[in-house]
Amino acid sequence: MEAASIHNEGGASPFKRASRAIGDKLLPIFAGLAILYMLIPIVVIAVFSFNDPQGRYNFEWVGFTTEHWANAFGIPELTSSLVTSLQLAAVATVISAVLGTMIAIALVRYEFYGRKPTNFLIVIPLATPEVVIGAGLLSMFISFSFPLGFVTLLIAHVMFCISFVVVVVRSRLIGFDRSLEEAARDLGATPAQTFRLVTLPLIAPGIISGSLLAFALLIDDFVISNFNSGTTVTFPLYIFGASQRGIPVEVNVIATILILVALAAMAIVLWQQYRADKMAKVEPEPDPMQEHPRESRKHAVTKQTP
Amino acid sequence: MAAKTEKPGGSSNSVHLRAVTKKFDEFVAVDDLSLEIPGGNFFTLLGPSGCGKTTTLRMIAGFEQPTTGEVLIEGSNVAGLPAHQRPTNTVFQSYALFPHLTVLENVEFGLKRSGVKKDESRSRATEELERVGLASESSKKPAQLSGGQQQRVALARALVNRPKVLLLDEPLGALDLKLRKGLQIELKRIQQEVGITFVYVTHDQEEALTMSDQIAVMNVGRVEQVADPETVYDRPATSFVAGFIGVSNLMPAQVVKAGDGGEVKLEAGPAVVGSVEGLAPGDSCHAIVRPEKLLINDRASGIGDGLPSVDGVVESSLYLGTATQILVRLPGEVPMTVLVPNVNERERDALPEAGAEVKLAWDPENMHVVRDTTIVK
Repeated sequence: MEAASIHNEGGASPFKRASRAIGDKLLPIFAGLAILYMLIPIVVIAVFSFNDPQGRYNFEWVGFTTEHWANAFGIPELTSSLVTSLQLAAVATVISAVLGTMIAIALVRYEFYGRKPTNFLIVIPLATPEVVIGAGLLSMFISFSFPLGFVTLLIAHVMFCISFVVVVVRSRLIGFDRSLEEAARDLGATPAQTFRLVTLPLIAPGIISGSLLAFALLIDDFVISNFNSGTTVTFPLYIFGASQRGIPVEVNVIATILILVALAAMAIVLWQQYRADKMAKVEPEPDPMQEHPRESRKHAVTKQTP
Repeated sequence: MAAKTEKPGGSSNSVHLRAVTKKFDEFVAVDDLSLEIPGGNFFTLLGPSGCGKTTTLRMIAGFEQPTTGEVLIEGSNVAGLPAHQRPTNTVFQSYALFPHLTVLENVEFGLKRSGVKKDESRSRATEELERVGLASESSKKPAQLSGGQQQRVALARALVNRPKVLLLDEPLGALDLKLRKGLQIELKRIQQEVGITFVYVTHDQEEALTMSDQIAVMNVGRVEQVADPETVYDRPATSFVAGFIGVSNLMPAQVVKAGDGGEVKLEAGPAVVGSVEGLAPGDSCHAIVRPEKLLINDRASGIGDGLPSVDGVVESSLYLGTATQILVRLPGEVPMTVLVPNVNERERDALPEAGAEVKLAWDPENMHVVRDTTIVK
């Protein structure tokens, strides 16, 4: 109360008013600079995908050409590394989505021994440095003499991504109105039908956005992959290798494509969240007009029962 | 009690609870409850929050299983049957409409589960939506409807399955007063139209009195009284029921003589003759006189002479439009409410003001003696 009135008085003084006017002008400028700072590297990559460099290095602007876009998949090693990455990310995403959803349901819906520790442990992969995860997995694979390759990459990626799916789906489940499931049961749906017809469609936005987040993280993972790839080359590993000898412009082309795909994925995530918010609005909003008489009536009742 | 006196030509019991107890860990939500709900009845479970009325409803629906006791629906024991195998449907307080399905798909949900063909389920669902006046909204999503409309969809979704018992858990609780009044009348009409047993849970005594054929008043997991609305209002069985149903005017007293021509001694006044049932001499009890049945005048005037009366002091007077409500305090801090209809202005101006010493009198026929449950509990 006190603080608010002081603030109001301050706002009325001419000095404060002037400084606020300056602030109002400066804010968009700073915001614009911050956005520029984040976007410049991305824009540079996209612009240089149209460059026509003479040597092996694509660092100086030479001239405009669409040749590399036409030839985007002309380098076999690059294309195959991209395919590997996409396959890996797709399979890992599907596995993490299924397992992550199941874990989230178990954590939210059931009381079991070790639930609280699990709730905590599930976020550890998110907080652990990738270097540690990568090195740890590598030493484990070696000690089990497990051959490194696509499968070890898959195991590493699933392990990392389950956490993302669990965290997103769990928050969706916590806000879930359980009476919807009771209504389905009440209308004759078996537990399996209830899950398929009511629970799953309602948590789907969470599963989809969790999976897309996982996919976006997987497609460009370098650190963990570098430890556990064996002879398998993923897209980030290829770029890293190529950068030693000079990066072909096609890398910029494919990177630009990936950025566009990621933007599309983000749009889907936002749309899913919008859909989820819209669904959440179904619950009746208590009317302030009628809250009062009900409350007072309750009050009259409590008086009667000492 | 009145619940057992069946209507002439009425069908047999639709729901029968036999000595049902439900415990959540140590907490006893429902305590040795027995109820017989006649078929085709609009039956209301009325009580304050936490009295066990919703738990009772959930045990009939199959969402909870009783700790001990039996639930019978149309004569067959439904112990252990989960909700999806019971011949009941529920209208939830939160409506619980499926947000990802259209209004029509919501109403069709139950029919599809029981294997009704697509054409038939569509026409039956549409018919049911017509009954609640929402056929034109059938392709909308629930979020696009108002609260009152959503409630009607929830009702149609449950009724379309023609359950043996329809369970309603405070279905009008989230609606505003005007809408609630309208839907009360509509619910009652629909119940009479379809003839299905309705078990209705509410904490709103007006709602219960308006709609019900029978009311079971519940308190701390037990039934205090089962009767038709008139009886519950005019002849409450206990002081809890009297207090919960309306303005109570409970005068502490002691039984002098039991029986039809019994007698009680008021703490604040004389001994009064009246019907004293189910009580023994020496029992503490409450004498009730409804606010509209009390006569009020200053002590000097002779109105109400020859009638039983008590002395008190006016605490406040409140003009309510059609009536004036006067709060009087008796010796022993007993609050009494008097409701005087505003028949003409001169009479109204003559009413005692705050601080006046007054006499409250009543016709012994309008006095009712009840067991004291507020203190015994």
